[in-house]
Amino acid sequence: MLTVERVEKSYRTGGLFARRRKQVLSGISFEWKAGECLGIIGESGSGKSTLGRLLLGIERPDRGSVRWEGRPADERRARRGSVSAVFQDYTSSIHPFFTVEKALMEPLTLRNKRAAIDSRRIDRLLEQVGLDSSYRNKYPHELSGGEAQRVCIARAVATEPRCILLDEAVSSLDGSVQVQVLDLLRSLKTAYDMGYIFITHDIQAAAYLCDRVMIVRDGRIEETVDVDRLRDVQSPYAKKLLDMVMA
Amino acid sequence: MRWLRPIGQDKLAALSLFLISTTLFAGLFAPFLAPHAPDEVHMELRFAAPSWEYWLGNDQLGRCVLSRLLYGIRPSVLWVGVALALSAGIGTIVGFVAGYFRGATDAVLMRICDGMLSFPGYVLTLAVIGILGVGLENILIAFALMKWAWFARVIRTSVRQYADSDYVRFAKTLGFGDVRIMARHLVPAALPDMAVAASSTFGSMILQISGFSFLGLGIQAPHAEWGMMLNEARTVMFSKPELMLAPGIAIILVVSAVNYLSDSLQLALDPRLATSRRAPHSRTVAESAKLQGSEVA
Repeated sequence: MLTVERVEKSYRTGGLFARRRKQVLSGISFEWKAGECLGIIGESGSGKSTLGRLLLGIERPDRGSVRWEGRPADERRARRGSVSAVFQDYTSSIHPFFTVEKALMEPLTLRNKRAAIDSRRIDRLLEQVGLDSSYRNKYPHELSGGEAQRVCIARAVATEPRCILLDEAVSSLDGSVQVQVLDLLRSLKTAYDMGYIFITHDIQAAAYLCDRVMIVRDGRIEETVDVDRLRDVQSPYAKKLLDMVMA
Repeated sequence: MRWLRPIGQDKLAALSLFLISTTLFAGLFAPFLAPHAPDEVHMELRFAAPSWEYWLGNDQLGRCVLSRLLYGIRPSVLWVGVALALSAGIGTIVGFVAGYFRGATDAVLMRICDGMLSFPGYVLTLAVIGILGVGLENILIAFALMKWAWFARVIRTSVRQYADSDYVRFAKTLGFGDVRIMARHLVPAALPDMAVAASSTFGSMILQISGFSFLGLGIQAPHAEWGMMLNEARTVMFSKPELMLAPGIAIILVVSAVNYLSDSLQLALDPRLATSRRAPHSRTVAESAKLQGSEVA
């Protein structure tokens, strides 16, 4: 379970000694329950990716706390293996010098230090995301966008995490591939019994995958609503966002 | 060794590697390989032309040019290599720390680098020689002190670029330590840049050491050093210009070999470049097939 309490984050604008700071997130509190798929929706610059980095523990909030099972997210051992991520930019998601096999090995070595990893495990992972074992020796620049994103998903599920954070994971793929990847995510969710935090600007994709969506605007939570009651949103901003999609 | 294979295919790189390793070997084993003692004077053989006993002839004191060339490898190539490794090592560590951790660490380290870089290199080397005295080791100390800042700059830029990428973020998410992330992800990515920076500095260091010896600030006579051999040949530049050939060609060969090798090392390390080099082969086959098809039509 993930608990976020009154999180604030700001960044310095300008040089090292600059006084001015830009407030990116303020007063963010929510909970994510195991197995749930939570969508975080917002426009560019709304702070949703910053929130993603805080949830992953890569950065620390200025105030407030982000806790996985009661332990702070920026504590490496607390989140080790329990949380994973898929990012937007598939061109830089895999180390350009690594083959697919080596990229998939990486999360596995986290648990098994002696790198004595069953090679069938890698085949199985590839198979689960709809790729065959001929991909093992390919380099990332030889993959298409959809294939690269599938490899990233395979890499993310390799540690069998309880939660995967998808930061605009389908946004840079084209329409039909988006649906394929979303379907893949749906099937993996049941196979591995895990949950997602799905950060996106695309309400339709979020509605397709998520149980609950949280609409973020200018670093604040505008509204949180269950997907099946998406039409009953209260705040004017959320209504406007929905109208744009419906139209 | 994955990267050794493409070097074997690249003839120029293979030749460069061979040349460099032969040079290093010859420098290490100079006492066994040199036909004569490097400072053995034979006044009767002054400016003698190449002969079976003295392959490259004799200099103004009748010393064997070949032996002096072989002994000269030590200061000109081996010690320069040590100074290079030292400054590249310091620069790499500083560059990685600054580029990876950013923020205040980065700012402080880079201001120190700016301070170092604001002194012109030659002048500071001269100043260090002025303080510590004339001699090879002091020049090498000055080099190590001067050049690390430049390395740090280059490597920091390259690390910064990769430290932002999603694969590093993913490794951080998984909970790998910073040192492991740097070793596994950033070192391979930054290695081509490091190789190019180091090789170009190696060339300029050899030339600078030669330059300082030429000015009489480096190696002291009667020890052999390539730059000093050039300097000695300079006095008879018009009557015996061939004396400049041996050290001059040696410097040019070693410097170009290092540069060519680092170039192809860069190609060998990066799989993206490797396939783009391999690909045209298969593509031409496909293209010619297509051409035939259209010709038939």
